[in-house]
Amino acid sequence: MELRAKQGYFGEFGGMFIPEILHRTFLELIQAYEAARRDPSFWAEYKALMGSYSCRPTPITYAENLTRHFGGAKIYIKREDLNHTGAHKANNVMGQGLLVKRMGKTRVIAETGAGQHGVATATMAARFGLDCAIYMGKEDVERQRPNVFWMEKLGAKVISVTDGTQTLKDAINAAFRDWAGSMDNTHYVLGTACGPHPFPEMVTWLQSIISEESTSQMQALTSRYPDRIYACVGGGSNALGAFYYYLDQPQVELVAVEAGGKGLETHQHAARLACSDATIGVNGYKTYFLQDEDGQMKDTHSIAAGLDYVGVSPILSHLWKEKRVRFIAATDQEVMEAMKLLIQKEGIIPALESSHALAGAFREVGALAGDQVVLINLSGRGDKDIFTIADAFDDPAWEEFIIQKAELYQGRRKP
Amino acid sequence: MSLEAFIRQELSEKPILLMTHLVLGYPSLEENKKTLAAMVAAGVELIELQIPFSEPSADGPILVRANAQSLERGTKVEDCMEFAQELCREFPKTTFLFMTYYNILYKRGVSLFLEQAQAAGIKGLIIPDLPWEEAGEVIQGSKQRGLSNILIFTPTHQPNRLALLGAHSQGLVYCVGRRGVTGQKTDFSPALAAQIALYRQHTRLPLALGFGVAGKEDVDFLVGKADIAVIGTKLIQLHQEAGAQGVGAFLSELR
Repeated sequence: MELRAKQGYFGEFGGMFIPEILHRTFLELIQAYEAARRDPSFWAEYKALMGSYSCRPTPITYAENLTRHFGGAKIYIKREDLNHTGAHKANNVMGQGLLVKRMGKTRVIAETGAGQHGVATATMAARFGLDCAIYMGKEDVERQRPNVFWMEKLGAKVISVTDGTQTLKDAINAAFRDWAGSMDNTHYVLGTACGPHPFPEMVTWLQSIISEESTSQMQALTSRYPDRIYACVGGGSNALGAFYYYLDQPQVELVAVEAGGKGLETHQHAARLACSDATIGVNGYKTYFLQDEDGQMKDTHSIAAGLDYVGVSPILSHLWKEKRVRFIAATDQEVMEAMKLLIQKEGIIPALESSHALAGAFREVGALAGDQVVLINLSGRGDKDIFTIADAFDDPAWEEFIIQKAELYQGRRKP
Repeated sequence: MSLEAFIRQELSEKPILLMTHLVLGYPSLEENKKTLAAMVAAGVELIELQIPFSEPSADGPILVRANAQSLERGTKVEDCMEFAQELCREFPKTTFLFMTYYNILYKRGVSLFLEQAQAAGIKGLIIPDLPWEEAGEVIQGSKQRGLSNILIFTPTHQPNRLALLGAHSQGLVYCVGRRGVTGQKTDFSPALAAQIALYRQHTRLPLALGFGVAGKEDVDFLVGKADIAVIGTKLIQLHQEAGAQGVGAFLSELR
């Protein structure tokens, strides 16, 4: 099955709501993307690059201890956390990098929330010799200094966005503003399967490498298709990549787990499809947004910055409406518990984002039969988020360590 | 009177018209009112009323902040509609347009939005994130109600796109002088003159030149080339420095 838009739309969702100044740039991007899809050497080059630079194919781990713990279906984990830079983000970024080379552009820009997509883009730019600017909300710059540190060391210019809520959506707006003036030499490496056409379709295609691998891996491991696949959803790129080659296998249930934040009933969450808070709107593309009755976008909340976003991929809105993907939400608290359990039982440190997929699966897996199989897409690793996760654990020894470190730095400052 | 007829009539007496812009609710509707009175007194023919949006992606930093501050104060679309009606009654010789982003129309329902805009006395719409391909409902609905949906020419457009937009715009064509977003400097040069001449070849409608008009010199440059000079971001800066009075004084010196 091929996920292809019809005139930029998936059902009623998607489209290209862009300012006229970018019209030609989008036409050129669509041309370059379509040419890459027609050219089998592009995918071959992409796979070779990911094999030599990003540990692909990523393995699938049978979570034997967790399986025993829950006493239900067998749990398998697709290890996107083992990608270079620590998450599935690398797939999209390296693929777009190859496209940038084909388009002959010399500069890339990107938005980032937590910093993973920014670090991945800065890594790609360093590898391909491109100039790079990363837009990041001021609040995120302050919260995510380690990622900012790496982006800068990788040669990217990190631009702190002080508009609006100073978070991810404002960084996206700022990146579009840059692009409106710089499109002649610049490509915007959008980080997820959102935004105007062709981004949702293009990013989904690049991420489809996840399920291209997992279909044959699961066949080899279990001689069958999994009964269920779980993936977390912020914008939706890792979920779409993990679901892609199973979409036309109706016996495989696809489960998307959104950020339930402090609980759906508190309205402090980022669940667009798992509850009825979101409505259809247009902000560059048509999908479900968390917005007020006037169409103003709301603040969202999640413990995982990568899921803390007002919109969701138009492709997922379509698949949800078609009842092909089931949406649920996991709260911050459930996510912390799931993370702890994976660390303790399997020795794998998951990203907070990916821990939503774990929490969703852990809630349901015990009710399944022992001969059933679930596959969890572990989109990223958590050790690089040590500051955020240590705060989430509220670990007193870590706090003491940071205080001592701060005192040490204070002592070095010249009076 | 339609937007185009109004512009033609004014142009029969003046070498160039002025179009100004403000963000509704920034810094407040009361202050908007004072500024608008000063604009009208300075002889401004057309005024864009921007209904604030939380994601103004085609605007530069100054307008982004104005949008955000207006929303923080609690400006609602309903307030903007009522305020527009009040203005159209109070300043009958001035033509008012709405500028906003598509989600504001979409969420309200395009039909209801257009109906309310028409009832308020608004003559046209500028929606920078609604390309022609997605604008069918707005263009149709505008035609039915005697409103004008204004499309935008930019320097990145190729002739076939200019011809398409030039044929489907209503009332006037809004011309962007350069790449980028609102509020940055435009180079008023022979290259810009050539750009405007190219725009002229692709439409029979009056041309408004926006993005970066910042003083009398720029307006003088545009006489004989464009039909309308748009002054936007500059006025927000002026208002911050010198209030409604400063805006009025600046505008009355432009022609």
